[in-house]
Amino acid sequence: MSDLLYSEIEEELRSSVRALLTDHCPPSAILARCEGPEPYDLPLWRSLATGLGVAGLQVPESLGGAGASLREVAVVLEELGRSVAPVPYFGSSVLGLTALLACEDRELLPGVASGALTATLAVPFSTAPDAALPSVSVGPSGTLTGRITSVADALPADVLLVPADGGLYAVETATVTRRTSLDLTRQLADVTLDGTPARQLASHDGPVRQALLTGAGLLASEQLGLAEWCLSTTVGYLKERRQFGRQVGSFQALKHRLADLWLETVGGRAVARYAADALATDSPDTAIAVAVAQAHCGALAVRAAEECIQLHGGIGMTWEHPAHLYLKRAKADQLALGTPGHHRNTLADLADLPVPSP
Amino acid sequence: MDVRELTRELLAEHDPAGTDRLDFLRARFDAGLAWVHFPPGLGGLGAPRSEQAVVDAELAAAGAPDNDPRRIGIGLGMAAPTILRYGTEEQKQRFLRPLWTGEEVWCQLFSEPGAGSDLAALGTRAVRDGDHWVVDGQKVWTSIAHAARWAILLARTDPDLPKHRGISYFVCDMTDPGVEVRPLRQLTGEAEFNEVFLTGVRIPDAHRIGAVGEGWQVAQTTLNNERVAIGGQAIPREGGLIGVVADTWRARPELRSHELHQRLLKGWLDAEVIRLTGERLRQQLTSGQPGPEGAAMKLAFARLAQELSGLEVELLGEQGLGYDDWTMTRPEVVDFTGREAGYRYLRAKGNSIEGGSSEILRNVIAERVLGLPAEPRTDKDLPWKDLPR
Repeated sequence: MSDLLYSEIEEELRSSVRALLTDHCPPSAILARCEGPEPYDLPLWRSLATGLGVAGLQVPESLGGAGASLREVAVVLEELGRSVAPVPYFGSSVLGLTALLACEDRELLPGVASGALTATLAVPFSTAPDAALPSVSVGPSGTLTGRITSVADALPADVLLVPADGGLYAVETATVTRRTSLDLTRQLADVTLDGTPARQLASHDGPVRQALLTGAGLLASEQLGLAEWCLSTTVGYLKERRQFGRQVGSFQALKHRLADLWLETVGGRAVARYAADALATDSPDTAIAVAVAQAHCGALAVRAAEECIQLHGGIGMTWEHPAHLYLKRAKADQLALGTPGHHRNTLADLADLPVPSP
Repeated sequence: MDVRELTRELLAEHDPAGTDRLDFLRARFDAGLAWVHFPPGLGGLGAPRSEQAVVDAELAAAGAPDNDPRRIGIGLGMAAPTILRYGTEEQKQRFLRPLWTGEEVWCQLFSEPGAGSDLAALGTRAVRDGDHWVVDGQKVWTSIAHAARWAILLARTDPDLPKHRGISYFVCDMTDPGVEVRPLRQLTGEAEFNEVFLTGVRIPDAHRIGAVGEGWQVAQTTLNNERVAIGGQAIPREGGLIGVVADTWRARPELRSHELHQRLLKGWLDAEVIRLTGERLRQQLTSGQPGPEGAAMKLAFARLAQELSGLEVELLGEQGLGYDDWTMTRPEVVDFTGREAGYRYLRAKGNSIEGGSSEILRNVIAERVLGLPAEPRTDKDLPWKDLPR
């Protein structure tokens, strides 16, 4: 059975990432940044990527990475979910690096693994691992033409990994237009290619599918971290807030809601760890592990954020309180890389529970 | 020597094919392979809990008999860990071996008509008489009391103290002439549980577990283990009720509908989440006692069992309108996946009541895991005898 716990090294990694985020990424700073011209915190991203050296955790040292595994990447994602930090880690270090590691062309790998370059996978963020890819055509001279909407982490990317004509291409000069996004801390952008120069990285869709599957599985860890912040923040608030002459958290109606949320969170931790371990060890059970993790954690994060808003009462409805940043991230994450319903339906095939015939 | 080698040695010395079942189980206990996390001499090796799976797999592959845990769940899951933690050396030596082999079945005399969720309000009295205690009172919802040799018993030894502090914990001999067991028929038709009337029952002080007045604390160990025992066992994927429902789905395409399909997939997902949650809990617990987190497993298990058993009846369509047998019987095993769909549906209703109702378990999680404040209470510091009734 897989190891569902955290190693000492993983706990140390968590502490250093959390310390950095606590110091440099308070909710007030995120709020101040999200409506401005630079929604990503690039100095923070540099500190994480090159200072702490987490940009290429899962990449072998011989290829310029840290020689760890996707289990450690999942720990970083838990912390980024907990802080809703506006950094392009998911696009670059999860989607980007997974795709690059699956390509034979290794030219971009060391740059992205070291954090010197930022990449992302140019697909709509809502793309499920088995879904159709955007239509981008390859011109006679290897240029790309097409339009890809709602790409995550494209704004700060130096290089876009674009699926086109069944293969994967690297593009450095696309037109990237910011969208007004539901998630204020991971803003989406549209990518326009119009005879844009590109370099082929792979001639098949294996790297893209691997990136989407890995992304869906590891996103569960971000959702877990987010849910934990919502739960612990709400518990903390209900211990302080007094009404009817007593702590609001002493009312059984509220305690039971939080106990249920805790229960779902405990389950989320088990399935997120199982998926991270399966992906890290290339387990034959990976497809089921990913579908289970994303189906559960996608819903968990939304529920945690919604409970957080409700149980904070009026203050939870304000722009000033950070709860809405978590709700927006959670709701966007629920759609990202396949909805919980999509992943549940995937289980119909994987677990041999056939759809009724018409 | 590692547990695998020890297990093979046991099998070499006691070929399951040619050994009496009970002799084999006793030899297994004496080899420390009953519950490897227990100490040497008490059926264990002081090894991590996780190594039990190695032993069980080796024994199953060799066709060795097991101790039929469905018959002795209360002994294994509740009495044994409590005796291990709080019992005297004599008590451990006397009780654990026949408990594990199934020679002696245990039941639990905790709940009373006036003390259910508020267990600490219990009123069964134990009065000291020399080196014995004399016990009078009434217990209820006592599963398998009709087959039990021993009971773990909570009784009030000091009514002048507040309710949590005047309770002591005993082992009660169910063959004592003052013990009367009456069947209590359940909504399933059978009588798995009983009422137990205790009249002048004499219990030697040597059968007290833990100090006088510390019964509540001892009982926490029992209850935490009970909650892990209900729903916390290691199971393979599709072990338990989900496997039964999924097999029906696969075998009978004519029963399928889209609405049921969505619920089946959600149930399959939830079963997998709970299975992995239990696995992670066991990895954390490699040794030692479960804490209040164990309540999570019981709470989640109850919800899932009720959801799936309801789904199964609907899936069966017309067949779901039937019931296998309403005859009043007194079963000697507890098996949540036994009998037919209608029985499973009805029996599952008990899962959120037995061993601490789901409402009480949510309180336990909220207060002891999340640290939320208790509800204001008027009964905590009053002497038990002065409580409003």
